[in-house]
Amino acid sequence: MGAAGAETAERGLPGGNGYVGRALKRKEDPRLITGRATYVDDLVLPGTLYAAIVRSPEAHARIASIDVSAAAAREGIEAVFTGEDMDDLAAPCPMVWVPPGVEVHVPDHWPLARGKVGYVGQAVAVVLGSDKYAVVDAAEEVLVDYEPLPVVVDPEAALRDGAPIIHEQFGTNQVFEWELAGGDVDAAFAEADVVMERRVVNHRTAGAAIEPRGALAEWREDHLTLWSSTQIPHVARVILSIELGIPEERIRVVAPEVGGGFGSKLQVYGEETLTAWCARKTGRPVKWTATRSDDMLTTHHGRDQIDYVRIAATREGELKAIDVRVIQDCGSYHLIEGPVIPTFTSCVVSGVYDFDAVRTTIVGVFTNKVTTDAIRGAGRPEATHLIEVCIDQLADELGIDRLELRRRNFIRDFPNERPHGFVYDSGDYDGTLDKCLELLDLDGFRREQEQLRSDPDRPVYRGVGFSTYVEICGLGPSRALGPDGWGMQGGYFESAQVRVLPTGGVMVYTGTSPHGQGLETSMAQIVADRLGLAPDAVEVIHGDTNTGPFGKDTYGSRSLSVGGEAVARAAEKVQDKAKRIVAHKLEAAPEDIEVAEGVFRVKGSPEQSMTLAEVATEAYIPADLPEGLEAGLDEISFYDPDNFVWPFGAHACVVEVDAETGRVEIVRWIAVDDCGPAINPKLIDGQVHGGAVHAIGQALYERIHYDEAGQLVTGTFVDYGLPTAAEVPSFETARTETRSPTNTLGVKGVGEAATIAASPAIVNAVIDALRPLGVRYIDMPLTSERVWNAIQEAKR
Amino acid sequence: MIPSAFDYAAPDSLDVALQTLADGGEEAKPLAGGHSLLPLMKLRLAAPTLLVDLRRVPGLRSVEREDGSWRIGALTRHADLQGRRELGAVGEATALIADQQVRNRGTIGGSLAHGDPASDLPTVLLAMEGAVTVRGGAGTREITAADLFQDYLTTAVAPGEILTEVRVPALEGWGHAYEKFSRRAEDWAMVGVCALVQRGEDGSCADVRVALTNMGSTPLRALAVEESLRGGPLDDGAIAAAAEQADEGTDPPGDLNASPQYKRHLARVLTRRALRRAAEG
Repeated sequence: MGAAGAETAERGLPGGNGYVGRALKRKEDPRLITGRATYVDDLVLPGTLYAAIVRSPEAHARIASIDVSAAAAREGIEAVFTGEDMDDLAAPCPMVWVPPGVEVHVPDHWPLARGKVGYVGQAVAVVLGSDKYAVVDAAEEVLVDYEPLPVVVDPEAALRDGAPIIHEQFGTNQVFEWELAGGDVDAAFAEADVVMERRVVNHRTAGAAIEPRGALAEWREDHLTLWSSTQIPHVARVILSIELGIPEERIRVVAPEVGGGFGSKLQVYGEETLTAWCARKTGRPVKWTATRSDDMLTTHHGRDQIDYVRIAATREGELKAIDVRVIQDCGSYHLIEGPVIPTFTSCVVSGVYDFDAVRTTIVGVFTNKVTTDAIRGAGRPEATHLIEVCIDQLADELGIDRLELRRRNFIRDFPNERPHGFVYDSGDYDGTLDKCLELLDLDGFRREQEQLRSDPDRPVYRGVGFSTYVEICGLGPSRALGPDGWGMQGGYFESAQVRVLPTGGVMVYTGTSPHGQGLETSMAQIVADRLGLAPDAVEVIHGDTNTGPFGKDTYGSRSLSVGGEAVARAAEKVQDKAKRIVAHKLEAAPEDIEVAEGVFRVKGSPEQSMTLAEVATEAYIPADLPEGLEAGLDEISFYDPDNFVWPFGAHACVVEVDAETGRVEIVRWIAVDDCGPAINPKLIDGQVHGGAVHAIGQALYERIHYDEAGQLVTGTFVDYGLPTAAEVPSFETARTETRSPTNTLGVKGVGEAATIAASPAIVNAVIDALRPLGVRYIDMPLTSERVWNAIQEAKR
Repeated sequence: MIPSAFDYAAPDSLDVALQTLADGGEEAKPLAGGHSLLPLMKLRLAAPTLLVDLRRVPGLRSVEREDGSWRIGALTRHADLQGRRELGAVGEATALIADQQVRNRGTIGGSLAHGDPASDLPTVLLAMEGAVTVRGGAGTREITAADLFQDYLTTAVAPGEILTEVRVPALEGWGHAYEKFSRRAEDWAMVGVCALVQRGEDGSCADVRVALTNMGSTPLRALAVEESLRGGPLDDGAIAAAAEQADEGTDPPGDLNASPQYKRHLARVLTRRALRRAAEG
């Protein structure tokens, strides 16, 4: 079913002509669907050298020597470089999380390995040549002599005494230990009627964007231009400046069309730095395009937590305290922010429930695997998974209905300060759950479930699972995230520039960097309403550091709630100035001018009006402007939010389990999400569908798996099982709309919400289905064999 | 995903194709739909020096009935065969191969010549007791399914030979079922079972054949199951008892998603299901 209110236009809009709230088709889709979008690999510069990278086949080894002579001697090879050749780099990859008072071990991480390698796939050398095939052949002839070292892939094994130490200078594989707590956790556990404990494994996954990474660098007259498949061109410019020692103003980073990121391109990778360095070194444009194998091996992974969960409660089901110890596998090196990701687990580890005390202790660990960092949800899917699975587990232990247990503990007063210091902005957790149950028809489901199970010849095991979630997004308030807060070395504002052109069209420059979200459409809707235009007259420009103000890019479901708010504010500044011009021309007071039906007009005298084009003419031929008003119609806004935003919702998943084989099939999916008032319900539906599929993938099919030797076993799309249309149900989506008080649009993010919500609903549904067989708990991924094994064990 | 360098030819007759293949030496390979060979080349797990593309060779894409058999040209696409009821288990199994894009390109001859024990068609050919025709420098020969699959990715089609035709008995009056168990719809079978059942006039099992996918280095006949059922009743109890022997004599390889023990279990369950369905006609 479609989202509620798809075509409603009767919102309180600032001068609205009704585009906000409508399910408009995406402006960006025609070029994407017809294959006319330009990705990095489509760009061609004359004289380009292609780069092929020599990667380590060893998970942990010292590099005794590298012999590049055979490769360099091959026809068409211009140069071969190793880590030693790059000694003019100004800095290794900067890891931007420096939490006050916490020691974090940060090994030097260079684009090409220096002296040793820590994971399979680590870049060791680069071969450059004018033929993209010849460089791959030549790369096979770079001879690297590795002296293998003992490998450790299990993070808990890595913490034990006697484990191989990956970075000797630290004397330990522990990266850091950090605690985020509030309330008297120990007292709550001491006094609790019931303490429930579970070990919940949240396994490693890949972002698996359909466009692999790629970079094209050009060095011309001491200026660098880097086209990169990235979510963060503005951040990348800063980091490239630090690493390469090039003044920031001489660097331009462009994110052309980007074919998906899901957090995997919220990164500045060694290959981007390397490509830029090679262009400077050779004076030629240099292009590197990842293969799928490169991407699976070396694009950062996500999740990979082991969560030791303890919950204290009364026998009546009142939740008192939650205490979670997170073991976070960081991989062998950090990229720009990896170790901070589990901090987001701690933010919402207590979910939608009114716990008195909350504690999360996070232990980061080095292992001989590639880095983990942000992947869609970044720490919050882990939190929702552990709390929502454990709530079902606790309900079982207490003998209380699991929805009743949830309702007894829902937070209901907003804004609500949690014991660990976070303030949930707004919410209506009963509202989304009520709507979800209404769509599900739980009583009807229970009757059907009972009937299907009772067939003596062929019992069918159906189950339903729920996830009532809250998440934290809209990154974010710089005061909370920045150097004196969590210790991120940056601000998290967003910028926007709204420029009316002399003929009345509008250019919007956003500091976000959309790569599939549809922001060219939603931002155009926001501006169109404020300036009396159709969205078609609004061009949204993004992803180029040489246009528009400095921005902070796209991640953390921030682009609408922070970036969209900045756009709204800049548009309102333009609107204010336009009203002054209109008032002057029509001899009215500015406060008497309204934007309606496509024009600026005098309230009560609709025949007295001007179009934006007419206003623009006055602004750009400034012969008769109000006293003191500057020419032009072009405004910038920088918006830094006071708080995060806290989307929430209720998902229900119905599964059918083949008890003979363990196969899980999803029969129904009901998603009721609340991300505030919809700007474009179609985009929300799209995000909910994609987000839920992402989590379904993790719950049932997707798994990054390394063997004991640190070799990646699931390095292709054959082994790494992304769900396809055949594996997912037709989603039933609905919404409630609870405004966020954080921004004037009232919106919350939705790009990650369904990924954060969904996985526990599947696990809970499978356990519900198999309860008659005695199955009580299963970790993801719910492969058929794992489910079958759980059934066999329960029989014993 | 860049393969090693190779030469490419697309001759327009079978004779020229055979000559080109012979001239190309041991590292020359025929290319049909490309959905097994090309992925291996892109991963550099295979590096032929010459590809002889058969797409212009006439007469290799056809489905014809002759006497009691179907003659299917080697370049016939899975999509040409999928869902065709008159082709029995071939029509059923081809509909389950990978996804529609693959079925639009992949060919029956290519799949059989590749000899992947996780593929569906080798199992079906083995169960149906079909055969393939190959042509080489020394002339034409026929290879029965029982002789075709020799080891993992190894068939009796010799270097320099081209598989030109597949022949399967029509098996009129037989019931068939192909049960494929895979992680996702587009995946190779974790285990697959092809069952063919001929009921006698009294309803008993006149004849039966069962073959298994991905339970060893080649497709395998489940002979113990067949012997247990042949000549006896076809009720649920008899089928269930017979199916318990499905994994006898198999040596399935384990992988991340399925241990050998689990595959053996799946073979028993799927054999029972396939037999029940085939017995229903």
